[in-house]
Order: sequence, then structure tokens, then C-alpha cells
Amino acid sequence: MQIIESGNVAAALGVKLSRAQVIAAYPITPQTPLTEKLSEIIEAGDMTAEYIPVESEHSALAICIAASSAGARSFTATSANGLLYMHEQLHWASGARLPIVMCVVNRGVGAPWTVWNDHQDSMSQRDTGWIQIYANDHQQIIDSVIKAFALAEEVMIPVMVCYDGYLLSHTYMPFDIPEATLTDSFLPPYRPAYCLDPDEPANLNTVTLSDVRTDINGVKAHGYMEIRHLLQQDMLASMDAIERVDSRFKNIFGRGGSPFIESYRSDDARFIAVGIGSLSYHLRDVVDDLRDEGISVGVMSMQLYRPFPYQAVAKALKDCQGVIVFEKALSYGYQGPVCSDIKSALYHYVGPEGSRPFVLNYILGLGGREILTKDLYEGLKLSCTTKPSSPDKPRWIGLKL
Amino acid sequence: MKDDYCRKTSHSKSGPGDAGKTGSWRILRPVIDPAVCIPAKRGTPSCYMCWLYCPDGVISRGIPPEIDYEYCKGCGICAEECPTKAIRMVEESSFIKEDT
Ligand code: SF4
Ligand code: SF4
Repeated sequence: MQIIESGNVAAALGVKLSRAQVIAAYPITPQTPLTEKLSEIIEAGDMTAEYIPVESEHSALAICIAASSAGARSFTATSANGLLYMHEQLHWASGARLPIVMCVVNRGVGAPWTVWNDHQDSMSQRDTGWIQIYANDHQQIIDSVIKAFALAEEVMIPVMVCYDGYLLSHTYMPFDIPEATLTDSFLPPYRPAYCLDPDEPANLNTVTLSDVRTDINGVKAHGYMEIRHLLQQDMLASMDAIERVDSRFKNIFGRGGSPFIESYRSDDARFIAVGIGSLSYHLRDVVDDLRDEGISVGVMSMQLYRPFPYQAVAKALKDCQGVIVFEKALSYGYQGPVCSDIKSALYHYVGPEGSRPFVLNYILGLGGREILTKDLYEGLKLSCTTKPSSPDKPRWIGLKL
Repeated sequence: MKDDYCRKTSHSKSGPGDAGKTGSWRILRPVIDPAVCIPAKRGTPSCYMCWLYCPDGVISRGIPPEIDYEYCKGCGICAEECPTKAIRMVEESSFIKEDT
């Protein structure tokens, strides 16, 4: 069924269709309407779930960790400083291998205080061992939430579904709500191999010594490093699962097919602009104009950021002349995180003349600074037509010093 | 497929040695003096505050109580809690000769 609704409602409907059993969240702008919608749905009896209001985001994720350990499909959502407040529990959820799904409604982080969109919140949680998916529109939000549960429960790694605050969370767009009977067949109930059971007590994630040990049954028990190594292995291997889940979804619902990157007018492009979320669609308009002027340029959006789809990224970019990465986040003291990761993915691909594509970085839109089409157009055009100087230093768009 | 992932997590049954050989951590060894310890003196099961407080559960409720030095980590809580001061914490180094 097609409806016109906000991005936050799209996310809430995805959670409803996924039949999450425990939802714990603390309201924070711009995520608030998502959790409000979920509590309304549960209150109205349209969804069987425990909605647990909490006093903080740290507690919200702690409850999801407990609920997930007890075998319940668990969901939370947050933004900005709320996500940062969860930081310690983020590592815990992934280390404990709990398939929690969380929506991150992207917002800039304080200080100074801001409520508007950028990507610094989720980008700065890159190394917490969570899978990170970014949605570009409302349809991708609802679809990604449903897919995220299937993925998380297959690989036993928690998943963040990230989308732009306001630009997607509060704008209205048409999207299709999948049929509940179909989502039920796509996403069967969560049945973990083990969940907390009073008849079968166990130690979970206790102090794990640096070396391996023999457990009480005389079996070798992994040490900390082995457990963490397996998280890394499974994180990399989850790219196969992501493709499988995506194609299974596509077979049923007819949508998807590009779980790693989404390319636009890129097949023959000499230059490729990279963006995440709604910015990637904005760049498409700019690319259309530049194409009209005869500049061979396309757009690539990162749909998946962790695990980093390095092979897909390298394949898409290695043969072009220049890559221009537009980012709403920064690794302070260097450059945008996506830019660094893209460079690293391209490192092994050297062309016949020892050349690689240049990689330029633009920082823009921090704290909701308006991104003008004119500025994107000028930045991208300049990058495609002049030889880049000091490519390691990001340039800024829309700065008014 | 599903079984290819998450083959091992930090999940175990509690029991002796699940945290490793914690006895190797010990610098001070608790030693019970049967001349002062209440159950030993009376010959009846009683007191056992040491058993109750030991965080590693390595003290038995025997007459006298016995400590499993394989896992006693030497924290000294038993000595602190013993109402009759029957437990002394003795330098491990003083046992080296005896042990070898
Ligand atoms: S309380 Fe501490 S020192 Fe005493 S027996 Fe237990 S582990 Fe050893
Ligand atoms: S607490 Fe002291 S007196 Fe009581 S049983 Fe233990 S060693 Fe004996």
C-alpha cells in the first residue's frame, strides 16, 4: 500500500512489520516522532511489544541488550548526543553478538549545541562493531529496517539504520508499505541458539582472560582476542549475508539490488561524486546539470558503511580519473572518514601508468548548514576541470568565516 | 549460512576454574588457625563467615573450613570478615621453599 508520510513514520512502520518485541528509547530530536509513533501503535494494541520508557539512552540500549539476551527481538532509536551517550553499550551489544536494530536519525553533535542534520553522530561510532546502513529516502528507510532485523539475526551483529534528521525524518514522501503476510515470511520469529534461561544458567561476557582457558567441561574456551577476532571475521563475512538478505527481499518485494553502493550515471563517468543519504540525491541533480554541459560525472552513494564494502567501492571507482567525496562528518585533525576509507580501498589498484584516481574531500552541511545546489555545482565542476592541489586537506563548502 | 556466524561467544557454565587458575594471582595466602577458628574449636559446624564472604567460593564448610588454593585469589576478604581473627594473610614467598 502506498502512503505519504514522514521518514520517522516509515521507520516506525518498518519496526511494526518486523514485530519487534521490546522497544526501549529515550526521545531526542529529530528521532522523537519515531518513538512516539511506536508507543502509539503499541498503546492502540496494533503491535504486541513491550515499550519501555527510560531515563537515558544508555539505559535504552542496556534494556535492549538484556531483552535481546533473553531472546526478544529488540529495537531502539536515537540521535546525536543520545547515540554518544550509548557509546559504551554499543561496544557491549556487538561484543555480546546481540542482533539489536537501532535507527540513528542523523544529527550534529554538541558542543556547540545543534539539533540539525549532519553525519557526525553515527560516523563517530564507526568502530563500535555495528553494521551501519544509510538510507537515501523513505522507501529505503522502511525496507532497510525490515532487512536489518533479518541481517542482524543471521550474522548476530547489531545493525544501525541511519537516515538524515529533518531532511528525511520530518519530510513527507510517498512510499510503499510491504504486506504483513509477506514480511512475516521474509522475517520469521527470532529464535536464538541460546537465550537466558533459569533452567540452564550461564555466564555471559564475564571477565575473559587474555589467554584461552579450559572451561568446566574441559573444553577450550576462547579468550578475549579470539572472541574479538571472530567479530571482525563475521563482520567481513556479513557482506555475503547482506547480499543474500537483499536479494531475498528483492525477490519478494521487488525493491533493492544495490546493498553496498548505489551508482547514478557512473558507468562511463570520468569523475564520481560520493555522498551519503539525501545528499547523494542532491548530487544527482547537480550531475544532471554537469552532464548537460558535457562533463563526464556520476554519483555513488554509500548504502553500507560498516562493514566497508571495499571491493565494491574499488570496483566502482578504480578506473575513473577523480573521486570527489562530499561529507557531513569529519575526523578532526585529518579529513572526512569516508574519504580516508575510500582512499584506502583504492590503494591496491594502481593503473598502467602507476596512476590512481585523485580523491578530493569536501566538508559541508555541518550542524544543518544549508547545502546550496549552486555550491555543490561549483565545487564539483571545479574538481572535474582543474588539477587538484593539496588533496589531503578537505575543502569546505558553505563556510562563512 | 546462519551457523557460519557467531560460532563462539563469551558463554560458559559457572564452576571451578571458569575464570582461569585464579590461584596464580595470589600474593598473600589466607591461613586458618584451627586453635582460634570457631567450628574447629567447638567441633561443630558454625560461624562460616569466611565461606559466606569469599567472592570465589573456595572455602568449604568443614571442620575446620578448608581453602582451595588452586583458585583462592588472595583478596583477604575472609581474613577481614573472620570475627575471631583466625585467618592470617601470609606472604606467598614464604611458602616457596615448602612448595618446592
Ligand atoms: S576470601 Fe579471598 S583470600 Fe579468602 S579464600 Fe576467598 S579468595 Fe582466598
Ligand atoms: S570466619 Fe573465621 S572463625 Fe568463622 S569459620 Fe571462618 S575462619 Fe573460622
